[in-house]
Amino acid sequence: MNQPEQTNTTWLFEITPKNKFFSLNLKEVWQYRDLLLLFVKRDVVTVYKQTVLGPLWYLIQPLFTSITFTIIFNNVAGINTGTVPPFLFNLAGITVWNYFTACLNGTSNTFGANAGIFGKVYFPRIIVPLSIVVSNLLKFGIQFFIFICFYGYYYFQGAAIGMNVTTLFFPLLIVMMGVLGLGLGMFISSLVTKYRDFSNLIGFGVQLLMYLSAVMYPMALIKEKLPTYGWLVEYNPLAYVIETTRYMLLDVGQISLYGLGYTFLVTIVVFLVGVLIFNRTEKSFIDTV
Amino acid sequence: MKDIILKAENISKQYRLGQVGTGTMAHDLNRWWHQIRGKENPYLKIGDINDRSTKGESDYVWALQDINFEVERGEILGIIGKNGAGKSTLLKILSRVTAPTTGSIKFGGRVASLLEVGTGFNGEMTGRENIYLNGAILGMTKKEITSKIDEIIEFSGCERYIDTPVKRYSSGMYVRLAFAVAAFLEPEILIVDEVLAVGDAEFQKKAIGKMQDISQYGGRTVLFVSHNMAAIKQLCTKTIIMENGMIVFEGKTDDGIDYYLQSNQYEGYIGHYVNEAIQESGIVSLALVDNNNVIRTEFGFDETVVIKIKIKVSEKHLNAHLGFRVVDRNERVIFTSEIKFAEKNVNNGINDFEVQLPTKFLAPNAFRLTFGLHIPNQELIDYLEECLSFEIVETGSEFYMYNGNDYGCVFVHCNWVLR
Repeated sequence: MNQPEQTNTTWLFEITPKNKFFSLNLKEVWQYRDLLLLFVKRDVVTVYKQTVLGPLWYLIQPLFTSITFTIIFNNVAGINTGTVPPFLFNLAGITVWNYFTACLNGTSNTFGANAGIFGKVYFPRIIVPLSIVVSNLLKFGIQFFIFICFYGYYYFQGAAIGMNVTTLFFPLLIVMMGVLGLGLGMFISSLVTKYRDFSNLIGFGVQLLMYLSAVMYPMALIKEKLPTYGWLVEYNPLAYVIETTRYMLLDVGQISLYGLGYTFLVTIVVFLVGVLIFNRTEKSFIDTV
Repeated sequence: MKDIILKAENISKQYRLGQVGTGTMAHDLNRWWHQIRGKENPYLKIGDINDRSTKGESDYVWALQDINFEVERGEILGIIGKNGAGKSTLLKILSRVTAPTTGSIKFGGRVASLLEVGTGFNGEMTGRENIYLNGAILGMTKKEITSKIDEIIEFSGCERYIDTPVKRYSSGMYVRLAFAVAAFLEPEILIVDEVLAVGDAEFQKKAIGKMQDISQYGGRTVLFVSHNMAAIKQLCTKTIIMENGMIVFEGKTDDGIDYYLQSNQYEGYIGHYVNEAIQESGIVSLALVDNNNVIRTEFGFDETVVIKIKIKVSEKHLNAHLGFRVVDRNERVIFTSEIKFAEKNVNNGINDFEVQLPTKFLAPNAFRLTFGLHIPNQELIDYLEECLSFEIVETGSEFYMYNGNDYGCVFVHCNWVLR
C-alpha cells in the first residue's frame, strides 16, 4: 500500500474462506425477492406442462391416498375416528402431512437439483428452498380447497364436525409446518452434497415418519393401544401439528399447549441448525457435489 | 488516482483428487478435530502444483496458488491460459460460486457473471419468461428487466420466437438470447467466460462491440476469459496469463499475447533442423526465429517470421538454386520462393541467409516448409521435405471474425477504387 489514496476505497463486500458462525443475510434475500417469486412461478407453471390433467394432479394424489387409508385403516383395521367421518379425518391429516413432505423433499435436494445454476451464478442460495416452501404453499392451498369442499359436503350431511376459536390460528400452524420442513430439508440437503447416503435415508425415512405422525389415527389411540411405544409419537413434533390441525378444523381430538410449545421450540432449533449447516455448505459445495 | 474496483489477495484453492468415500470421511473428521482444538487445517500444508499430465505425490492439489491482482474501474481484463491453468476456478471464486481455500477478494461494486450463457434457462418456458428468470438470477429486479425488455429482445434478434418455449430454439438463438440478457445487466463488474465460442460471426461482432460499450461508456469493468486471442486483443486493455494455477504474466495485452505465444510453443511443430554431416554441398541448418532471434514455432499473425538458413556450397555448385515451398494444413501449396546463387555472390564454403516472410501475409493456419537445393533440370543436391513447420495464430487479423471460414490462404491488399 504505497498509494495512500487507495485505502479510501470502500469495499462493497469481501469474499474470504472463513465462515461467520451464523449468517442469514435477510437484506440480501429481500433484494432477490423477485427471483424468489419467479422461481415460484417457474415451479408452478412448469410442473404440469405437457400433462393432460394439469393441476388436477394436485387433487388426485390426496384424494386417492385418503380413500386408500379409509379402506385400509378404518374399514379393514377398524381404527375408530369417533364422530368424524373417517374420510375427512384422513384427508385433513394427509393434506397437512403432504405440505410437510413436499417442503422436505423439495428442499432436501436443493444443492443436487440446482448444481447447474449454483455452479455458475451467485445469488443467495436460500432463495431456492424458500421458493420451494412458497410454491408448495400454493399447492397446499389447492389441496386445502378440496378439503373445504368435502368439509362442506359432510357438514350439510349432518356430520358432527365444527370449528372453534382455535381455527383462527390454523395459518400459523401451517407456517410452522413449512418452517420445520424447510429447516430439516436444508439440513439434509447440505449433508447430501458430500455423502449421498442421506438421500437414500430420506426416501423411506419420510414414509416411516408418517406412521409416527398420527396421520391416520388419533394420538390418544396410540397411547391407549401401544403404551410402551406411544412415547415415540409423543416426542414427534409433527404428530402435534397433525393432531392440532384436526382439533382446529374438525373439533376432534385434543389440543396440547405443552405439545405445541415443544413443537415450536423444535421448529426453531431445526430451522436455525438447518440455516447454519446450509450456510457452511453453500460456500464450497460445488467442489464436492 | 487509481480507482481499484476489485482486489484479489493471495487467493489459493485446494482440491482433493479421487473419489469421495470412507477416506474422505476420515480426513473430514481429522480436519474437524484440528478445528475444534483451534489448530490449522492439516491438509493445507500439503498439495502439489496443478500439472495435469504428471503423476502427483499427494491427494491434494492446488488449483490456484497465491493469486494477486487488482482491476481498475472501466478496465477490461483478459485472462488467458491453457486448459487446466486455473482460469475457470479463478472465475468461479470471483463470481462467488465457490469460496477460496485461503486469501480474500474485495469488491467495490456489484458482480454479475456469465460463466456459461443460459444459466437457469428453463426449456419449458418462453423466451420472454426466461428473460425475466435469467435476469433475476443474474441479479436484476423485475422492474429493471421490464424497463429493458424491448431492448433485450431487439439485441437478441429473436423477436419472432420470443413467446415460444426456448426448448424449440436453435443453439445459436439460445446463446443470443442469453447473452442479450447479460449484456443489459448493470453490474459494476461483469465476468465473461468463453461466450463468444458460439454464435455466428455477426453475433460475435455484436457481442464484442457490446462489451466494449459496457466498459467505455458505462464505466464498467469486465473480466474476460477466452482462448480467442483475437477477441482478447481487440477488447482487453490488460491481460493476465495463468499457468499451473499461478499468474505468470500481468501487463499490457500486446505483451501478454506475445508472452503467451512464446511460452506455449506446441511441441508438434519443428522450429529448427541441423545436419552437420554435409560433405560437399547441402543445407547445414535451418531455424525459424522471431524478431529477437529466438527459435519459435508459433507466431502471431502480425509478427515477423524469419527463416535462418546455413548452407555449404562447393565450387561446382556455385550456379545452384536454393528454394523453399510453403504448404498449409490442407496440403495447399501457398507459394514458392527461390534464389539463384549466381546472382547473390555466394561463396565457396559456408553461407548464411536470412529470409523474412512478409508480415500480415499468411492467414492463420499451420504451415510446413520444404527446402530444395538444386541445379534446374540437372542435379538435385539436397532436398528436405517438410523439415520445418510452424503456426500463424489468429491475434486480430482483419478477418478474425470469419475464423473457421475459408477466406483464402493469404491476405492480399487489392487496390479498391470507388468511381
